[in-house]
Amino acid sequence: MDVRATAALTRSPTHYRMRRWLRKAGFWLSVMVIVSPAILVFLWMLSLSLKNEIDNLAYPPVFIPSPPTFDNFLQVFEQNSIGRYLWNSIVVSGGATLVALLIGVPAGFGIARVGARRLTVLILIARMTPALSFLIPLFAVFQFLRLNNTLTALVITHLVITVPIVVYIMAGYFETLPKELEEAVLIDGGSVWSTFRYVALPLARPGVVVGTILAFIFSWNNFVFGFVLAGRGTRTLPAAVFNMLTFEQVSFGPLAAAAILVTLPVLVFTIFIQKEIVAGLTHGGVKGS
Amino acid sequence: MSTNATLPARLAPFLARRRRSYYLFIAPALVTIGAVIIFPWLYTLWMSAFDWTLGSAAHYVGFGNYEKLFGNQRFGEAVLHTFYFTALAVAAPLLLGTAAAMIFHREFPFRGVLRGIFIMPMMATPVAVALVWTMMFHPQQGVLNYLLSLVGLPPSLWVYSPTLVIPSLVLVEIWHWTPLVMLIVLGGLAALPTEPYESARLDGASEWQLFRYITLPLVAPFIAVAAVIRTIDALKTFDTIYVITGGGPGTASETINIYLYLQAFAFYNIGTASAVVVVFFVIVLALALLLLHVREKTKWM
Repeated sequence: MDVRATAALTRSPTHYRMRRWLRKAGFWLSVMVIVSPAILVFLWMLSLSLKNEIDNLAYPPVFIPSPPTFDNFLQVFEQNSIGRYLWNSIVVSGGATLVALLIGVPAGFGIARVGARRLTVLILIARMTPALSFLIPLFAVFQFLRLNNTLTALVITHLVITVPIVVYIMAGYFETLPKELEEAVLIDGGSVWSTFRYVALPLARPGVVVGTILAFIFSWNNFVFGFVLAGRGTRTLPAAVFNMLTFEQVSFGPLAAAAILVTLPVLVFTIFIQKEIVAGLTHGGVKGS
Repeated sequence: MSTNATLPARLAPFLARRRRSYYLFIAPALVTIGAVIIFPWLYTLWMSAFDWTLGSAAHYVGFGNYEKLFGNQRFGEAVLHTFYFTALAVAAPLLLGTAAAMIFHREFPFRGVLRGIFIMPMMATPVAVALVWTMMFHPQQGVLNYLLSLVGLPPSLWVYSPTLVIPSLVLVEIWHWTPLVMLIVLGGLAALPTEPYESARLDGASEWQLFRYITLPLVAPFIAVAAVIRTIDALKTFDTIYVITGGGPGTASETINIYLYLQAFAFYNIGTASAVVVVFFVIVLALALLLLHVREKTKWM
């Protein structure tokens, strides 16, 4: 590169500078091309949610809401018990994430220290199974236990998503921690529990944060479990929003507003832990079912 | 010095005894996974041998459900739709994701922010994504037909056309999951050595040659991993297809997963649905193993 660059410079500096500029412009154009679909779809979603019905039906489409209106959001809250579904989603995803942390963090520690990496294969196979297939047996069992239409059943089902994520991430994280400190505690007569509680766990806090957020996001995003197992009162937000599509007159504004309500918390979290998601996902390709 | 060398050796049995207590840490998670993941697998396998509609008595039919399934034209079509959808929904994101990874591998201003924006679709709630695309696909009021008209193309029926419905759904899939491929390939690029590039440049290799003969072979294993993950996910796609088309128009976009949903939770044919799950799982496993095999091969390329 350097050899050719100096050769070009001696030939014609302006020509070289021009080519360099063109290359730069081409590069930025390609950046715009790959990033714009993501931006445009989200902006369009926002635009639809902030316009009145007339502007939403206009052709050619109105892109910038003028003036922006929050009527769509108000309508979603008034006509649907969105507040309740929001609460259901928080309880289900929060509950399933909490249980997953309680059992998954120690499990990740155990797996990392025993070197039972094979256990994570089980998790990979679980990832390959379609979510619906877990539902058939669980549906039957909950029917038998009279747990259908309860939030408890939903929390239990969401463990299918949250436990593998937490175990997988924590096993990977504990493996990166040095063992020497824990061994020193053991030699001094400390129990394995105390090495976990007072040495490994405090060091693993960043891993716990990432595991918590990813488990919560993938549980929050899940649609089928809430759709199949929940009744009118126990629906999670994605299932409730889908029901708006089927049972009501399709009008763009409120639908877009509802879609934003579902996905906004997730997008905010994503921006928060962008770096960790990049690191976590490039390693294992962790994704909920 | 000598005591230091023997210390770990003397500790070995002591630490081995400790190993047992580590299993106590794993036990609760194992029990949970057994209950919510392994039990459903076994139960499904067992139920696939019964003719059972929820609410009535179950009869043992052996492989009867499988025989019926293989003779069922609708199921056969669902399998074909799934393969068609999967082929497109794997190939396109792989190409685009690799290209995007090449771009994000470079240093440029605002790279972190732009990368953050780029991966947002991947984290967005599938139902919300599906809703927005449903509105964009609308033949009269959808923004996509307006965009087509801007470049002088005739309006399309998108998901309302039996022939275009699967490519249109793939469009959503590309938008949704290209970021995941990008991240995996980006991880591979970050691990590349710099020496081959330096010597190739000295030999006067062009940028394209650098990519074709150095970068591509070296990141091939990562692209293979992305291909496996993408294949599994594409086969499993449910949310977006169900929300946008419900398998329609007619059964034009009915994939195995949609067929499975209908059998299980619309018709309550638990036996048939269980057989579908088992067949489905075999397909996913076979394809994943095939791709992993290809990966082993490409490692030495």
